[in-house]
This record gives sequence, C-alpha cells and structure tokens, in this order.
Amino acid sequence: MALSNVLHAPAAGFNFDHAARNAELEGLFDAQIPKPVKTGTTIAGVVFKDGVVLGADTRATSSEIVADKMCSKIHYIAPNIYCCGAGTAADTEKTTELLSSNLTIFSLNSGRNPRVVMAVNILQEMLYRYHGQIGASLILGGVDCAGNHLYTVGPYGSVNTMPYLAMGSGDLAALGILEDGYKPDLELDKAKELVRAAIHAGVMNDLASGNNIDICVLTREGVDHIRPYQVSQYKDKRKTKYKYGAGTTAVLTEKVVPVKLEVVEETVQRMDTA
Amino acid sequence: KMAAATMSPYFGQQMSSKNDLVPAWTSQEVSTGTTIMALEYDGGVVIGADSRTTTGAYIANRVTDKLTPIHDRIFCCRSGSAADTQAIADVVTYQLGFHSIELDEPPLVETAANLFRASCYRYREELTAGILVAGWDRRKGGQVYCVPIGGMLVRQPVSVGGSGSSYIYGFMDSNYKPNMTKDQCLELTAAAVSLAMERDGSSGGVVRLASISKDGVERRVILGNQLPKYSTH
Repeated sequence: MALSNVLHAPAAGFNFDHAARNAELEGLFDAQIPKPVKTGTTIAGVVFKDGVVLGADTRATSSEIVADKMCSKIHYIAPNIYCCGAGTAADTEKTTELLSSNLTIFSLNSGRNPRVVMAVNILQEMLYRYHGQIGASLILGGVDCAGNHLYTVGPYGSVNTMPYLAMGSGDLAALGILEDGYKPDLELDKAKELVRAAIHAGVMNDLASGNNIDICVLTREGVDHIRPYQVSQYKDKRKTKYKYGAGTTAVLTEKVVPVKLEVVEETVQRMDTA
Repeated sequence: KMAAATMSPYFGQQMSSKNDLVPAWTSQEVSTGTTIMALEYDGGVVIGADSRTTTGAYIANRVTDKLTPIHDRIFCCRSGSAADTQAIADVVTYQLGFHSIELDEPPLVETAANLFRASCYRYREELTAGILVAGWDRRKGGQVYCVPIGGMLVRQPVSVGGSGSSYIYGFMDSNYKPNMTKDQCLELTAAAVSLAMERDGSSGGVVRLASISKDGVERRVILGNQLPKYSTH
C-alpha cells in the first residue's frame, strides 16, 4: 500500500478485540459508564453545478449547557476536501485531523492531490475497525479531477453518497428543507441559500443546534470558507474580550531587583569537522 | 429526536437500557433491513433489491444501491448491517481481483461465493451480514449462491433474502418456474420486490435490477410511481 500512516499500520483482517473488551468493561462499570458527550449539531452538504457547498451550525453542547457558541464544525482535510463532523466533538476533531495528516503525507509521497474517494475509504476503514466506538458522523465534500463529490460516513463505517445530505441531531429538520428545495445543477447562490436554509431549520427546531451558521464552498477554483455566513439574531451584548487596559489596577509600589548571574563552570567541547 | 417524549417505546430509540445521555447511535446501527433476490436463467442471472437503509425508524438513505459489483460479471446483494456488508464486499473485491490477476482469467462465481463465506463464517459472532452472490462465468454459466447470517454456503436457482423476504416465499414458490427467459425473470423479480416493499417497513424506495450474462451487465431502476400496483381490497 502506498499510503504511509502516521500511526503504525493496522494488522490485516477484521479485528474485533476492542468490541469484546468493551462488552466486558460494561459489566464492571455498571451505572458509571463514561458517557460520550453528544455535540448536537446540524450539518448539511449539497452538490451544485460547479462544486460542493457544506454548511454547519456553531453550537457545541455539554448536556444542557452551550459549551462553545462559535465552534468550527467544518474541518479542513485537504485544499480541495473539507469535512463536516457531527457526534462526539473530540472524535470528529481527531478523526478529521488524522485523516488530514495522512492525506498530506500521501500527497508529499506521491506528488498527487488527494481524491475524495480516498479520504472516504480511509475514514470508512478506520471507523469500521473501531466498531462504532468512535462517535463520528461525517459529511465529506470535495472537488477533484473526477468531479464533485459528497459522501457521508457513519460511526460504524457505512458510507452513502448522495447529491444532498444532512447529519446530526438536527438532520431531520434540515433534510425537510433539502428534499423540498434540491434540484440538480443548482447555481452557486441558490445552493448557498439552500444549505443556509437547511441549517437554519436545524437551528430553529433542534435545541442542540444553534448560534451561527458556517458555510464552505468548494469549487475547482478554490475554497471559500465563510465563517460565519449567518449570524444568530439572538446575540447578547456581552463583550467576549476580558482584557483590561494598563492602569485599571493602581500600582502602589514598584521594586526592581536585578538578578545577578555568576559563571560557575565553563566547559569547551570541540566539534568534529570533516 | 432529543425531546421526543411522545414517541412510543415501539420505536427502538427510547429503549436504551442505560440513560438518555447515551446517544442513540450506540444502540442503533445502520441496517439494510431489506429485500434482495437473485434468480438463475439459461445464460445468466437476474438480481434485484429495494433501496432503503434505516437507522432505527429513520431512513438514512432512500436510494441505496445494494447491488454491489465484485468483479466484471459477479455481483453481490447485501442485507444486514450496512457497515459490515460494505466492509466484507470491499475485502472480497480486493481478494477476488488479486486472484483473477494471478490466474490471468476471469474468476468463477463459486470462488467469489467462497470468499464471502470465508469471511462471514470466520467472523460469524461479530458480523451481521446476509449476502447473495450472483454472476456469470464460462464454466457453469449463471449461478446464484446464498451466504446467509452464520456463514453457510449453498447454491440455489432462486434465492431471496433480507427482512422483506419472509413475505414473498409463497409468491416465489408458486410463481417461479424453471427455464424462464431473462425478461420473465426481470418481471418476476420486480413483482416480488414490489410486493415485499409493500408489506415490509424496512424495505422501500425504488427497485434496482440487474441482469448479468456473458455479454456484460445491464442495470435498471424502477421508480416508486412506476412500480407494479397491487391492492388487497
């Protein structure tokens, strides 16, 4: 295989070791099983005439608290490939980072730009190997020499390809908009509006999705990652900067003590020169 | 999904035995609750499937392609876990492709079926995969092999599989006759899959058909509004 992995290459064949171990651990932990935290998300993607548009909300939740109001769910994979992630925040972040690293190594080794199918296959192999223990539902979109692609990879490693997709806790709301509004070969602004409307439906109808909407447009010419594309109408007036200017706290006294350094030991080591 | 207090416990989402904080995807794998079938005719095989993939009560993909090419004239019909069957099909496609290059000859359908069986039997405790392998080779012509859950291998002239198959065993037993033509097989397959889709909640969408013979593969799709119509009243 031409691909170099950042970590060691996995053993051949199906490996179900962890599934058995997890089943055993479940019995031991009983009520205190560590709970995977769901981010609650609405992510969507649409293939249009000249490329792919990806969209996502920006809310990361920890049970009922909004942990991050401006989290970035559209992850960079390659210059021509981006990935939206729903599910466990840490899992989507690390999985996409690992994929991006591996594809960069591949690019450098082979001198070729990575293709979207390659990214999908790598993701599928990895997620399948972990049997759903990595909680990542991903929407991968990109443009390469073979065309415009949009794929979704589930946490168990199943892959689907469609012209429009939505995932996350707000997927049903988003899919309603997409099913109604999608047409083949949309123009760029119509496609952006469709994705925005789809994410907006998730934001409005799903408690775990909200705040702003990010959009990422991928075409042959390049990438336009618009963050945020639409700002939430429910912003409060709190300043998020808590940096105080000099003089806020009065200086009562000032004492300067220079630190004296003395040479204790000096050694000289000659460098071998050819 | 999050605050769906009114959903009845019949839909598996609320049946999580731990607590509500455990996400739904840990207990609901994406499944191709399905109807698949394959028939032999003189000169080739006809295969058919529905197009629905479900995660619990949600249809994750309504236009799935469950007829997966393994080689030029060998296909497999997938039922069971979407992830498991996709992974197995990828493995077998690689193994069969390598084998065929080594032999410098198109592979036998029986070989493909045995490769499926090898994976499905060895990992039978961990996999949920019911597969029909169908294709054409020079030695034995059109063949259908059934590799159900558990990893058995048996050749049959006609085989149905998936959750929707239960509803059409009677239909198949009474309507299949040996030595049918390709078009009769296609009609029978379309009718059977439509009937199963009518009764099985986990099957639906469109009907995908393919016929494989020495001349190659012909694929077609029958859309929802073009399906044969049946009525019980």
